[in-house]
Amino acid sequence: MQYYSKHPKIVQFAVLVAVFLLLCFSITPSETNYLWRLPALFSKLPSLINDSVKHLMFDWMLIDVYDPEIEEYEQKPLFREMTRSISSFFLFVIIFVREIILGGVKTIVAFTSWDFVSENEWLRWPALPWTVISGWAILLGYKLQGKRLAVLAAVTTAYIGIFGQWQPSMETLSFVLIAAPVSFVLGLTLGIWGYKSRLVEAVLNPFLNIAQTMPHYSYLVPVIVLFGVGDHAATIATIIFATPPMVRLTLLGLKNVPPEVVEGGMMSGCNKFQLLFRVLIPTARRNILIGVNQVVMQCLAMTVIASFIGAQGLGSNLMIALNSLKIGTGIEIGLCIVLIAVLLDKLSLAWANKQTDYFADLGFIDRHRYSLLALAVFAGGCLLAYVGSLVFKEDFNYLYIVPHNKGITTAPFWQTGVDWIWDTFFYSLKSFNEFLITNVLVPVKEAYLGMPVAATFLLVMGIAYILDGIRSSLIVGGFLLFIAFSEYWDRALITAYMASISVIVSAVIGITVGSVCAQSSVASKAIILMCDFFQTFPSFIYLIPVIMLFGITDTSVIIAAVVYAAVPATRYTVEGLRNVPPVLHDAASMLGVSRFQRWISIELPLAFPHIMLGLNQTVIFALFMVIIGAFIGTTDLGQLILKAISDAEGTGIGITLGLCVAFIGLAADQIIRTWVNARKKELGLN
Amino acid sequence: MKLIYSKFCRTLIAAACVSLVSVSGASAEDSKLPIKIPIKNWSSQIVMAHVIGGMFESMGNTVEYVPVDNQASFEAVRAGDLTLVHEVWQSTMQNAYYNAMETGGLIDAGTHEAATLEEMGVPNWVIEKDLCPGLPNWEALKDCHEAFATPDSGGKGRWLEGPQSWHGDVMPNRVKGLGLDDKWVVKFAGAADALWAELKAAEKEGRGTIIFNWSPNFTDASGFTFIEFPPYFDGCRIADGGDLTTTGCGSPAGWLKKGAHYKFPKTHPKAYAAFSKLSFTTPQIGSMAALVDVDGMTHADAGKKWLADNGDVWKPWTVSVLGAGN
Repeated sequence: MQYYSKHPKIVQFAVLVAVFLLLCFSITPSETNYLWRLPALFSKLPSLINDSVKHLMFDWMLIDVYDPEIEEYEQKPLFREMTRSISSFFLFVIIFVREIILGGVKTIVAFTSWDFVSENEWLRWPALPWTVISGWAILLGYKLQGKRLAVLAAVTTAYIGIFGQWQPSMETLSFVLIAAPVSFVLGLTLGIWGYKSRLVEAVLNPFLNIAQTMPHYSYLVPVIVLFGVGDHAATIATIIFATPPMVRLTLLGLKNVPPEVVEGGMMSGCNKFQLLFRVLIPTARRNILIGVNQVVMQCLAMTVIASFIGAQGLGSNLMIALNSLKIGTGIEIGLCIVLIAVLLDKLSLAWANKQTDYFADLGFIDRHRYSLLALAVFAGGCLLAYVGSLVFKEDFNYLYIVPHNKGITTAPFWQTGVDWIWDTFFYSLKSFNEFLITNVLVPVKEAYLGMPVAATFLLVMGIAYILDGIRSSLIVGGFLLFIAFSEYWDRALITAYMASISVIVSAVIGITVGSVCAQSSVASKAIILMCDFFQTFPSFIYLIPVIMLFGITDTSVIIAAVVYAAVPATRYTVEGLRNVPPVLHDAASMLGVSRFQRWISIELPLAFPHIMLGLNQTVIFALFMVIIGAFIGTTDLGQLILKAISDAEGTGIGITLGLCVAFIGLAADQIIRTWVNARKKELGLN
Repeated sequence: MKLIYSKFCRTLIAAACVSLVSVSGASAEDSKLPIKIPIKNWSSQIVMAHVIGGMFESMGNTVEYVPVDNQASFEAVRAGDLTLVHEVWQSTMQNAYYNAMETGGLIDAGTHEAATLEEMGVPNWVIEKDLCPGLPNWEALKDCHEAFATPDSGGKGRWLEGPQSWHGDVMPNRVKGLGLDDKWVVKFAGAADALWAELKAAEKEGRGTIIFNWSPNFTDASGFTFIEFPPYFDGCRIADGGDLTTTGCGSPAGWLKKGAHYKFPKTHPKAYAAFSKLSFTTPQIGSMAALVDVDGMTHADAGKKWLADNGDVWKPWTVSVLGAGN
């Protein structure tokens, strides 16, 4: 009894585990036993969703639409015409940007017609010489931040140009240049609206939750049905993926604005508009900037997935290279994506950080220095291209455009590296893999599948109850109930088994590495850079070497998941530890605490809530990657999500499965977040 | 009334168009709208896309290439985001193809001459090392499953099948139908590249592996033997009304089809006529892929070179539409 009052949670956990085990052994596995598996009450849900989407898209409100090409009227449903006009708007903007960079004819077509253009062969929009774009990027970097950003811009454009990825990179860029600003504006607007109105926030919240935890692959089919295939569809899928973090961070930032600041603004006589744009948003800047960073990262992280539904550029070239096992080429393309991501991220941050100089009193030349320089670069680039056309008469004009795949390539170098790893570690890893599968993975998987549904509910809801209380417990129970009533419970268990192993491994790696690196500021910066790298480096590239080393097994899936999911665990650990006030370090040192003691009893407890938020992200990332693991070969929810794309009822199945995955993530999120908030209160961190 | 009238009118025009196309080539001019050709992720498909695109361009049409996931492409043709698909493999793609046709919007645009084979098989070293004596006859599988076991296959031999989206449960049913299910287990790989990675890893170790593969494919060059199963007959698979006594049947000698958006014949009657005549043989498809896989050309260049070298193959299709002298 005394022990209980001292450590109530430990005793509660012990009782929970005991009851859990009792249930596991006492419930007999049989299909009719509802304690073992719940009946699939929601098995009709996929076809229900599917039928309603179909009805909306094909049968509802038919209108007559004239098709000038075949000169006849066609009956088309209203809703479909609406979604199609959204997509053609996006397509137009993307192509407009793309043709400014790469040249082409479609923008002119949009204002005239294909017939007109084909009659007038000279009517072509010329591409911008690559020297001009590189020059502009360097200039922009210099203007926004200074030499360092200019160098980064130079390195990026040089890498892309020299290694012959110019054209696909610009195609990808044109699509990111649309998706990222739209996501930014949309996220900011929704965030502000949610801040202004509680009702909007309450409505937004579940949507954001689901959009952030649903694997992107599961809404590709609905996007195809609604918006079609092509760059526009890819942009829309990317916007769905990139907007939620922006909304979240805007809301968070605005909510954290101290009331004194708002009052100060009101006292100075701001109107609503001024209050918002001159007071609230600048004060909430830090969080909004993190939002910008996330938008850029998410947009580039989608490039590969987006190529499944028609995005042109690096993503599709990457998939083609990987399909013939050209890993070297794959890495080269992957580095392009990372470089573009880092450059865009730094540029947008520098832009947002730039302070307006209200006191400057400059002459015309000084005020327009950069615009004039940009003009000069343009003129110089065009001149160079002209000179080039005289020099390279027969061959490509290298001063004008860089031909795809004709430059020098680093592919053999990377390929040799991958081959070396393969040759050196193949056999030792093979025996490790066999050990792991037979002694860990297979038993754990069987244990998960051997859990009666009643025991699973008891365990998860019990944990939620002990850590957070009855409300959390009921919410988590609701999430699980949805999965249990769908016909995918067993598959969800397999997903959960791979995700939980990945989370444990990632958390151990992340927290250890993060703690070590947080001891020095240089190491912290380096590891954060590494985190950025692995967050944008397309995971499909390391899937292949991982398969070659570990076979088409669950090990491969888990390793791929760990590579990706260790990122947030590391990042949040470093941030959490670095943010412990230095005053506390000094106070501790004065008390004669050793470094290790300081870490264990001061830094870790204080950083704990932040680290737990990292763990929260790790769970989501691990789930994402386990689902992507379907490309290796799994028998979990991901396999069916992958299959949905060829299924007649794909829309419904994709959404239902996506919801199942989202609910696993949300259940974990609910438990961790509530717990973290309670801990923060205890520690007085708010 | 107007509604009925327009519907009637539409049917009439459609019928007229189809009959025009089929009887006399075409009379109307092609629209200048670009013809959208899918780019998927394997060599022969991409080169063929450029070959077909080049052919259309030689007829004065505009062409646009759209990268797309294979399984998603059929829905895209149905909706008109793509104009055509030119490499539809029977065994792995007929589900998606017929789904799209049933929902409406995708039409059959004829069949290539090439016969395809999509079947379980082994790389040649498995036979050379005699890891499973008696192959390629399937009966040999009864006694050699140990050589194909993996740590997670529970002591059984592993059949590595392609993704489940390709042809569902045909392989698990075949294993049951042949009575091999106590010795073999089917594992679904997630994507084609996973199959090739497995092939490469198995080659390094020199261990046995049975994977799903097809021909023509780039693996033909390095030596791959397909297993001979009991012959296929209509209705042997469960989806076609068969049961577990018949599902042991092998894969059919498959067709390689083409498909098009239903408006293609109306908007581009000439291009469609040429496209429906177009038919490649297995060696031709192989030579397209080899330009990229063996000679290391880019897909676009390979397409150009193939067109330049094989004028006698493809010119007749355009000439029959445009008339001689074109």
